[in-house]
Formats: sequence, structure tokens, C-alpha cells
Amino acid sequence: MTMKLKKLSKTSRRNYLTYALVILAFVLLQILSGTGSISSSLKGMLVPICAYVVMAISLNLTVGVLGELSLGHAGFMSMGAFTGTAAAIALQNVIPIAPLRLAVAMAIGAAFAALAGFLIGIPVLRLKGDYLAIVTLAFGEIIKSIFNNLYVGMDSEGLHFSLLSDNTNLLDGGKLIIGGPMGIGGIQKISTFAAGFILVMLTLMIVFNLVNSRAGRAIMAVRDNRIAAESIGVNITKYKMMAFVTSAALAGAAGSLFAMNYSTIVANKFDFNTSILVLVFVVLGGLGNMLGSIVAAAALTILPEALRQFSDYRMLVYAIVLILVMLATNNPTLRSYLDRAKAAVTGKGRKKEAV
Amino acid sequence: MKKKLISLMLAFAMALSLAACGSDSGSTSAPADSGDTADKSATDAAVFKLGGTGPLTGGAAIYGTAAKNGAQIAVDEINASDSTIKFELKYEDDTHDAEKAVNAYNALKDWGMQISLGSVTSKPCEATSAETYADRIFALTPSASSTATTEGKDNMFQMCFMDPNQGSASAQYIADKALGTKIAIIWKNDDVYSKGIHDTFVEKAAELNLAVVSDTTFADGNDTDFSVQLADAQTNGADLVFLPMYYQPASLIFAQANSMGYAPTWFGVDGMDGILTMEGFDSSLAEGVMLLTPFNADATDEKTAAFVAEYQNRFGEVPNQFAADAYDCVYAYKQALEAAGATPDMSAEELCDLMIEQFTSMTFDGLTGAGMTWDASGAVSKSPKGMVIENGGYVGLD
Amino acid sequence: MTFLNFLISGISLGSIYAIIALGYTMVYGIAKMLNFAHGDVIMVGAYICFFAISRFSLPPLVGILLAMLLCTVLGIVVERLAYKPLRSAPSLAVLITAIGVSYFLQNAALLLWSSSPKVFPNFFTVTQSPAPDGTAEQTVRTGIELFGGQLKISFVTIVTIATCIIIMLALTWFTGRTKMGKAMRACSEDKGAAQLMGINVDATISMTFAIGSGLAAIAGVLLCSAYPTLVPTTGSMPGIKAFTAAVFGGIGSIPGALLGGLLLGLIEILAKAYISTQLSDAVVFAVLIVVLLVKPAGLLGKQVREKV
Repeated sequence: MTMKLKKLSKTSRRNYLTYALVILAFVLLQILSGTGSISSSLKGMLVPICAYVVMAISLNLTVGVLGELSLGHAGFMSMGAFTGTAAAIALQNVIPIAPLRLAVAMAIGAAFAALAGFLIGIPVLRLKGDYLAIVTLAFGEIIKSIFNNLYVGMDSEGLHFSLLSDNTNLLDGGKLIIGGPMGIGGIQKISTFAAGFILVMLTLMIVFNLVNSRAGRAIMAVRDNRIAAESIGVNITKYKMMAFVTSAALAGAAGSLFAMNYSTIVANKFDFNTSILVLVFVVLGGLGNMLGSIVAAAALTILPEALRQFSDYRMLVYAIVLILVMLATNNPTLRSYLDRAKAAVTGKGRKKEAV
Repeated sequence: MKKKLISLMLAFAMALSLAACGSDSGSTSAPADSGDTADKSATDAAVFKLGGTGPLTGGAAIYGTAAKNGAQIAVDEINASDSTIKFELKYEDDTHDAEKAVNAYNALKDWGMQISLGSVTSKPCEATSAETYADRIFALTPSASSTATTEGKDNMFQMCFMDPNQGSASAQYIADKALGTKIAIIWKNDDVYSKGIHDTFVEKAAELNLAVVSDTTFADGNDTDFSVQLADAQTNGADLVFLPMYYQPASLIFAQANSMGYAPTWFGVDGMDGILTMEGFDSSLAEGVMLLTPFNADATDEKTAAFVAEYQNRFGEVPNQFAADAYDCVYAYKQALEAAGATPDMSAEELCDLMIEQFTSMTFDGLTGAGMTWDASGAVSKSPKGMVIENGGYVGLD
Repeated sequence: MTFLNFLISGISLGSIYAIIALGYTMVYGIAKMLNFAHGDVIMVGAYICFFAISRFSLPPLVGILLAMLLCTVLGIVVERLAYKPLRSAPSLAVLITAIGVSYFLQNAALLLWSSSPKVFPNFFTVTQSPAPDGTAEQTVRTGIELFGGQLKISFVTIVTIATCIIIMLALTWFTGRTKMGKAMRACSEDKGAAQLMGINVDATISMTFAIGSGLAAIAGVLLCSAYPTLVPTTGSMPGIKAFTAAVFGGIGSIPGALLGGLLLGLIEILAKAYISTQLSDAVVFAVLIVVLLVKPAGLLGKQVREKV
């Protein structure tokens, strides 16, 4: 077994480790919640953690692998949340089986987010650096603004759309699905931890396969040196777009999952602060490091809840922890100290493995 | 290598925080059990565990903090009295966000909450009310006023008016008193509360033949400059401007209208209450503002005066309607629990059934109204008082 | 006349964005860092000035100077504790730390000064003495009126625009003419080369933060004089808008920040007036996107040619 593992490349070993840890965490949490030994607090966070993990991995694809800073990732989540949830409500009678409906809704959410990603990608990917970042922020705000003013209703004649004010004029028995600033209410909570787990695994598979493919290497070549990549014939726009749209689609699926874990959802939830939050997961977990993103997303989602005992000082402590962790992981002095500590630990670890 | 290290560190951090979660639930699960099972409770001090969520941090912190403080005063008063009903109150922060509200609610459940004060703001309360409904925990929200909060939930009750009631009551009041002929509305386009009142107001206004000549909005992020909205109202000749919003943006609107030289009749809703308590606010700007509110901190009745004095003494501020609603919630619970003969060893589910029975049948007198009753939908019936601001204080309109 | 009034509202809103954007662009241009905590330093500055004036009844000018002083100190402390240890770290790490600092300042303000809004005093007023014959009462004027009162420009707007221009000129002079300013530009071009030339890069960057925070205090006072409610989150949205304005004008460019801020304010007001109050934010951002597509480095930004 050890031999076989060693034959694999370092990256694939890492990838298998990531899969294994995710599966392990899932099994462990399932057993724990089966025996009733985890708090309702943690139990209630399992689905959002899955959604944030998928958000972090997908943003890592844009920021870490493609190397472009995006400040509007929540916009795609919003797109997926609204279209996916609206689809789930519209299909309530067509597909009575909840898990199947959830899957269809997530697929629809992902498709719409991918479409948005494609449309936004056309202008965005022509820009560079901070200008690209600000345009993604702008698109995120535009998406928020649109969903805050969009009304979608359904009656026997099908779907009705209107912008700015409710002109859907539904027939009797019709139902307003998206109510502008009211968002979507009365959502059936069909998201489950198992669904979240499957989505995380799917996301990992998609991202790892993309990164380790010819396309993935092209994407990273664009990141590392755009001009060199271009000069050897890499189609920059195509590969940038590939990464960006994949990232958007995954965020859309995460949005659908997230939305259907709550009975209500509003456009303001997916604002600039949420985009930033996901960016924090990515940077904290390490650029290009998917396992890091998973751990960071989970840890930072749990952290504010774990700090509830500080009551009024909770968010203050959260801010301090965030700053300290950033300092600890990025400061050269501290890092060299930690490196040495880690070398000592891993040295022991290797010996054990050899035995 | 470095990345590995970072993830290692993070894994450690998470293990720590998970452990913290674990120990949290460990320490609180004991009292939780005592609430659920009758036999253990004798060892515990017999108190009802009362929990609520509200924004204690972030942009909406003022509302959550006020509700928390108001409820705390009521709980302390009751616990100090010789009443047989005693409470333990816990408020958790939900940052005015549905996701965080559910998290906060779950934390309260771990703590062993038996009866709930719901959530302070509307959208979070919609999310937590779905949870309280599923878990069969009775909830009485001080201030979440949207219809969706109570819709379809038999154990969710409100202490405040529902938004639609406020909208139609305001329109009715304006029509009855002939306060204005041409009406402008400025409302907050990304806020459930504002939207709910706006919609029913417009509907009712059409019914009563009130002309709405200007209908403009603002939202988070562009809630500082109101020159366009005010100019629109002014050029359309509006003589009354209806402001279904909280007092913070309203104070900016008054200041800007004043500098424009525009002086229509202003008509607000219960969120306007509190405007006179803003530190540094020039109350002459709000002179003549009318509002429908159930609570008036300047009222001279004994109960209100005592509450306001106590609140100022402890928190250094004049209480607003959120604080008063939360205060009333606690006393309403006390009355209902006493009438039902409930004891703290009852489970949340048993209490839930008792409370539904009590609240739909009892009459309650509080700071925010006398003779309040609730219907089965959870909506309260109390009459809003018309107030007008004169010389920096409220004066009741007949 | 309505159009002119909207124009003036737009300029007054834009001048506020501009003054915040100047601080943003200054720090970005030199430290190459998006300081997301800038908006919160603004909030702190406004609170300090508020307390100085209304609690300790100090004269407004003293309040402003005190706010500038304390914000400068705050800027230096934050820089020393949170940003300096990350000097060699990737810029994203510093960005996240800045976000941490922003959360910290907001929540510290919440705990220190509570969530209830404070109303900032408007001290940009002129008191007109009552006419001796008793025909006119004593009035407090907040602005000048043109065309028989149809057009009003508040003193705050005039002061803000004047301050913007003064700051812009001062910064241009400072970075272009003084030794410290030249050192700053050198650091912004190439830190390594600057260090080799004997410039103390660390000290230069600290200086940038100190100046940026001092400017934030002025911006805070002017923001709250124009739109007088003060809560712990006061700085965050204007901060983001000003950041947008800075990019709009070409981030790093000092005149660009002024231009970007003014245009952003104008577009916002005109979009509200002539398109829709509901979609004004969407319109603002759409215009931003179009401008960046035509001029990818902002209106006045330098288009850096890549060397191959």
C-alpha cells in the first residue's frame, strides 16, 4: 500500500488525501449525529459548511489556479440560490421526490450561474489585477440589485416575470415565487448534509480533474506567465473562461444548496461581505490548496459560533483571531519558527511510517 | 510545504474550535435535559429558560440591543418580585441575517431554551420561526412584523403590529383626518418591513382615493443622499410624505428637506419612534412629524415612567419601541404561564401547547397597549396611537 | 433648474466620495494594498470629532485636529501591528488582514460607543445677526442660495470641494517635490531598487499609512457633516463606493481619485433622478464596467506596458 502510494505523483497523493479526509469527516459526523452526540448548533451548520466549502473551492479555482482576484463570487451564489430555489418551487408538483428535486434545482442553479459567469467573463477577463477585481465586485452588486427588484410568479399559465414592481398579475391560485426585496419565502428545506457531502465530492472531482488535465496546466501557465503562455500558443481567453465559468457554476450549485437549507432567502444575503468572507476562506486556506480551503471554510464558519460564550465581545474576538491567524501563517519570523517545529514533528512521523 | 503547514495550522484551529463547540454543548446539555425530563428538574433552580435572537452587532445592532435590554429589565423585575414564575434570559446575536439567526437559535436550543422570543427583525424571524415550528417551541416575537413570520405557524405570535396593518391603518388615518391630498412615499427597497408597509399603504390609499404622486426608494449603500427622492416629492406637489422606515434614514431626510426648504406633513410608522432619542438630533427638524406607534417614552403613566427611568438608569439611553415590545413579551409570558399553571419542569412541547391555548384566549395590558388580544394566526390586536412631535416631545393625537 | 439642483447634489455627494478616495488611492499607490479598513478609520475619525465637539464642547477646529491626530496615531499603530509583519507576504494576505482590522474597528466602536446613532453637528454654518430694525430674525444659514432660492449649495459642499482640491494639490506637491514624497514614489515603482538606493522602505510605507489615516479623519468629519448620522458601520459603504471611485479614476492617480469620486456621485444622483431610484446602484456599477472596458486602467490611470 505504501509502495503504491509512493508511486503516485505528489499531487495525486494529495488529492486522494483530500478525498479521504472529506469522506472521513462525513462518516464521522454522520455517526456522531446518528448517536445524537453532536450539538444542534453544529448539526445546523453542516449544510452551510458544505455550501461554503464548495464556494471556497470554486473561488480557489479563480483566485488560486487562474490567479485572478474576484470580489463578486457571492453574485454567482445568489444566481444559483434564486434560480435553483425558484425551480424547486416551480417543480414541486412535477418532481415529488425531494432529493431528486434538489439535484435538479442545483443543476439549474449551476447552469444559470454558469451562464452568468460566461456573460460576465466576456468583459471581465479582458481586464487585469485590481481592475478585474473591481469589475467582479460591480457585477456582484448588479446581480444583488436585480434580484432585489425582480418579481417572479407562477400560475396555471406558466411563469411571469416583472422588474421594479410586482406586475405579474397572477391568476387565482398563482404564487409569487420571488418577491423583490422580500426574496423567496416559505422554502421547503430539502437540503441535507448528505446532499452537501455529495456536492463537495463532485466539486473536488471536477476541480482536481480540471487542474490535473491539459487544460488545467494551460490555466496555470496563464497564471504564472501570461505572455510566455500566449507565445507558445495557449488560447488565453478560452482557458481563462473555462476556469471562470466552472467556478461560477459550482458557486451556483452551492447557492442552491445553501438557499434550500433555510425557509427564506433575500438578495442582500449575497452581498460584498459574503464575497469577502469566501475570499478569506481561500486566502487563509492557501491559494491553490483545496484541502486548505475546505478546512478554512469549515473552521471559519464554526468559529463565530464557537465564540458565542464571549457574548458581546464575540465579533471582536473573531476579528482578532482572523488577524492573528493571518500574521501567524504569513509572517516570515513566525513561519520559520513553525517550520522548524513542524520539521521536528514530521521527522517523527516519517520514522513511524518506515516502521 | 508552506501551504501544507497552513492547512495543518488550520486543521488545528478547527479541532480547537470544534472542541470548544463540543465542550459548549457538553456543559449545556445537562440543563437542557432538566428542561426536557421532569424528574431531574427538582435539583435545578426552577426557572423558565427564555431565549431570543437579535442583531447585537452589525448595522441593525440598535434594534437587537434594545430588545435584549428591554427583556432583561422585565426578567430582572419579575425575578426580584415574589412571583412564582422565574425566568432565565439569553439573547444570542444573529447580525440581522437568516443564516446566523438559525445558528443562534440552535445555540439557544443547546442551552435548553423552553420558550422563545423569536427574532427581533423580520427576515431572521421568518427563518427561526420555521425552526420553532418544526421543534414545537412556542415563540412570541417582540418586533418581527412581516406576515410571513406567522403565516402557517400555529405557535408563532407577534407583540407588534403586522406590517400590512400598519400600512392600511396609516392610510386610513390620513384619509380620516384629511391630513394630505397628494402623498409621496419614500421607502427602503431592500427591507421587508418597509416593503410590507409600502405595499398595503398603496393598496389602501387607492381604495380611499388618496393620490400617491411620488413613490421613490433607497437601499443599503445609497441611504445617505435623499435629494432626488425629496425633489421628486416636491416637484409633484406632495403635501404629505409617508416614511415607512426606521428613524435613522428618516433623520437624514428631515435634515435634507429642511435645507431644501421643503416642509410637507411627515407621516411615519412605529420605526420612527426613537428619533428624538438620537444624541445630537435637532428636534426642531422633526417638529410636526406624525406617526402611529404603540409606545411613547414620554407617556406619563406609572408603568411607562418606571420602565423608562430604569432603562435610562441601566443603559444610559431612552428606550425605543423595540425595548418596550420585548418588555411586554416577557410580562405576557409571565401572565400566560401563571394562568396556565405551567412549571419549569415542563418540556418545550408541553409549554408550547399551553401557550397557544393561553395566548389565543387571554387579554394583556402592557406598555405598548391595553387590552391586547391575539388571534389564532398569531397577530396581535391593539390600537396604534397617533402621535405628533411638538416641542421635542410626543403629543397624542386623539 | 431641477437638473442644476441634481447636479449640485451629485457634486456634493461626489466630493465626499472623492475625499475618501484620495486616502484610498494614496495608500494603494504606494503600499500597493487595498486597505479595506480605510472606511472604518473614517468612522473612528468622525466619532472622535463628534465627542470632542458635543461632549467636551471643544471648538470644531480643535475637534478636527484632534480627530486627525488620533487617527494618524491609530493608522500608525494598526500598520505596525497588523500590516508591517506582512511586508513580504503576498498582497492577498495583507488584504485579508485589512478586512480583519475593519471588523475589529467596527466591533470595537460598537462596544465603546454603542449602536445608537449619533447626529453629527453641522458646524459649517453662518449665523446672520438679526436686522436692527427687527424686520429679520436671527437665522442660521447652512448654504448659499442662487436665483432667488431656487438653487442651493450648502457650505459643507463648498468646504468639501475646496478641501479635496487642497488635498489633491498638496499630495501632488508632496509626492512630486519633497524628499519623502519622492521616496514614496520610488517605493511604489520598485521596492527592491528603492531599498538599494538607501530608502527606508518600511518607514516610507508607515508614513503613507499615517498620512492616509489623517486624511481619513478629515473625510470622516466631512462625510458626517454632509450626512449627519453616525453609527459604527458609517464608514463601510462609503468606503466601498470610494474604492470604486478610486478605481474609476485610475487607482494610484491622485487627480483620478478626485475625478472618479465626483463622477461617481454625479452618476449616482442622475441615475436616481432620471432612470430609477431602485436601480441606481446597478446603473453606477454598469457605467463603471463600461468605462473600465474602454479604459482598462481607469480614467486617468497609467497604462503600464508589459515588458516581454
